[in-house]
Amino acid sequence: MTPLLEVRGIDKSFGPVKVLHNVEFSAYAGEVTALVGDNGAGKSTLVKCIGGIYPIDGGEIFFDGKPVQIHTPRDAGELGIEIVYQDLALCDNLDIVQNMFLGRERKSGLLLDEDSMEELAEKTLSSLSVRTVKSIRQQVSSLSGGQRQTVAIAKAVLWNSKVVILDEPTAALGVAQTAQVLELVRRLADTGLAVVLISHNMNDVFAVSDRIAALYLGRMAAQVKTSDLTHAQVVELITAGRSGELGLKNGVTP
Amino acid sequence: MSKVKELPGEAIVAATQAPSIGNSFRAYVQRVRGGDMGSLPAVLGLVVLCAVFAIARPSFVTAINFANLFTQGAAITLIAMGLVFVLLLGEIDLSAGYASGVCAAVLAVTLASLGLPWYVCALAAILTGVVIGVVLGALVAKVGIPSFVVTLAAFLAFQGLVLVLVKEGTNISVRDPVIVAIANKNLEPWLGWALYAVCVGVFAAIQLVRATRRAKRGLTADPLSLIAFRVGTLAVLAGVAVFVLNLERSRNPALVSLTGVPIVVPVILVLLVVWTVILRRTSFGRHLYAVGGNTEAARRAGIPVDRLKISAFVICSAMAAVGGIVAASRASSVDPNTGGSSVLLYAVGAAVIGGTSLFGGKGRVLDAVLGGAVVAVIENGMGLMGYGASVKYLVTGCVLLLAAGVDALARRRAAAAGLR
Ligand SMILES: Nc1ncnc2c1ncn2[C@@H]1O[C@H](COP(=O)(O)OP(=O)(O)O)[C@@H](O)[C@H]1O
Ligand SMILES: [Mg+2]
Repeated sequence: MTPLLEVRGIDKSFGPVKVLHNVEFSAYAGEVTALVGDNGAGKSTLVKCIGGIYPIDGGEIFFDGKPVQIHTPRDAGELGIEIVYQDLALCDNLDIVQNMFLGRERKSGLLLDEDSMEELAEKTLSSLSVRTVKSIRQQVSSLSGGQRQTVAIAKAVLWNSKVVILDEPTAALGVAQTAQVLELVRRLADTGLAVVLISHNMNDVFAVSDRIAALYLGRMAAQVKTSDLTHAQVVELITAGRSGELGLKNGVTP
Repeated sequence: MSKVKELPGEAIVAATQAPSIGNSFRAYVQRVRGGDMGSLPAVLGLVVLCAVFAIARPSFVTAINFANLFTQGAAITLIAMGLVFVLLLGEIDLSAGYASGVCAAVLAVTLASLGLPWYVCALAAILTGVVIGVVLGALVAKVGIPSFVVTLAAFLAFQGLVLVLVKEGTNISVRDPVIVAIANKNLEPWLGWALYAVCVGVFAAIQLVRATRRAKRGLTADPLSLIAFRVGTLAVLAGVAVFVLNLERSRNPALVSLTGVPIVVPVILVLLVVWTVILRRTSFGRHLYAVGGNTEAARRAGIPVDRLKISAFVICSAMAAVGGIVAASRASSVDPNTGGSSVLLYAVGAAVIGGTSLFGGKGRVLDAVLGGAVVAVIENGMGLMGYGASVKYLVTGCVLLLAAGVDALARRRAAAAGLR
């Protein structure tokens, strides 16, 4: 099976600091791939490179087996890659519909086509079986953390996206809200999307993921099927970069 | 496919509230409580101020004084309308006052010494504004100097530029009849009523068409009663205004008759509608709000933030030029003080008093008009009470501080309400 999204040999530095070393990573359609790693391992940076926020210093990105260039968020969007960023990229002063269509508004002539945007937003939210918020014309500032996360995810799936990447979507949520978001994550994969879930929480990872990729100090320690791993092994990969036969040898990719 | 669980912790459902006047009103009260006061302070302030001045000085409520309010407040209001665009981004333009002075001087000089037709001169003034805006915007967006510093520098430089244009302090008179008419002449009474009919009719039509279109698609639409209420309010208020403005207000009607809606009123109305449509109904306007609300989110959505910033400064300076033209018309002359002294602070005050936030992301062009009315009423009423410039400055300063305080407190309240 060819991965829908694959990166090979990604290098990324911020000035003198090398954050990503020769990183390999794949995500498959219909699967949830969990990307784990300690704080500062480079997970968000990897995602921002894929999303066209940061330029990469070296390496290649393949989409559906073909090499692609991603220089701007638009490029990523056009390929069907949508990212829900850790620092939620929502505008508090806009309402749900306005946020979902931000930068890609529908127009009739010169003016915005508010009605069709509202209709489509409504449809998307209900297709996610998200029981709607009070009004989708509500300002995002009035939503709770879980609701915001839902809006951010709905925004990502609105665009017939093929790959959805979620950067720690449950980090700031309570138990019930977390369960709801994970439910949503699983459902996205079940509809055929390639989903990448970044998380710190082992329970979350084991609950929904099909594969686990562990990043250790900017290097990919291992990418393994979730069913072949135990909690303890994943924790070892995260904290030491290796676990038995798995992982980095002497700090470099085997 | 897994099943959706019932999650008691987060009941995000609420039956969509049936739209009705009562519910709309309750929703409004809730918004105000949550810190989103909109124009409420401006409207309340306007009512209180008018009541106080009317009691203290009966001459405040005469037809002639009512007409004066419009011509007095017009230039400030126009500059404030442009400032709203810059404030929306969380930036500031401290040079808008003197920019209006520079543009007015360009108008006066081209009229007086070059003798060009009025529309060429007015266009030259507005083009000057556009150029100023491009320069300011580029310095802020491309070079990255804080707008506060860029426009403070421009504030000084433009003061010098005005002096250069008016030859170190001479007073250039503006005699072109069309330019002078803008702030000094009125519409024929019948034309005032025609304008009234068009405004109310178009407003009602837009509301009705939108409601029926949304209802057809099964989206929540404003109920007829609410639309009737809005249109009715507009019809009554505007009707009273046109009626009063059409009364004879000449001291000596036998000699010269003075009636009608001041020409600045339709000028402001047209610009209000145009800018409101651009801000509320185009993606350009939507993106301005987005950049003001969360610049990083806007950038990630692929919005060209720099270009948007420059356009906001261009709009601001171009509107300052329009304000300058009106100021030159009102004084029938341009001197080194045109656009100077308190003009800028009054304009910023007008926008903020009207409900535009200094923190960016929140504001409407209508705010500038409402706030401009408050500023004009203070200036006019204090004048009638016989207070000098000192008290006027003190009071306006306090009102500006009060408005900015309300803005800051509302923001904190909204943050508290948003966190939950
Ligand atoms: N814009 C940036 N400039 C400089 N250093 C950065 C930047 N973004 C991230 N870093 C550094 O890169 C490393 C990886 O960060 P990040 O990708 O956010 O980690 P993670 O998401 O895995 O917690 C950290 O050491 C962080 O300090
Ligand atoms: Mg991170």
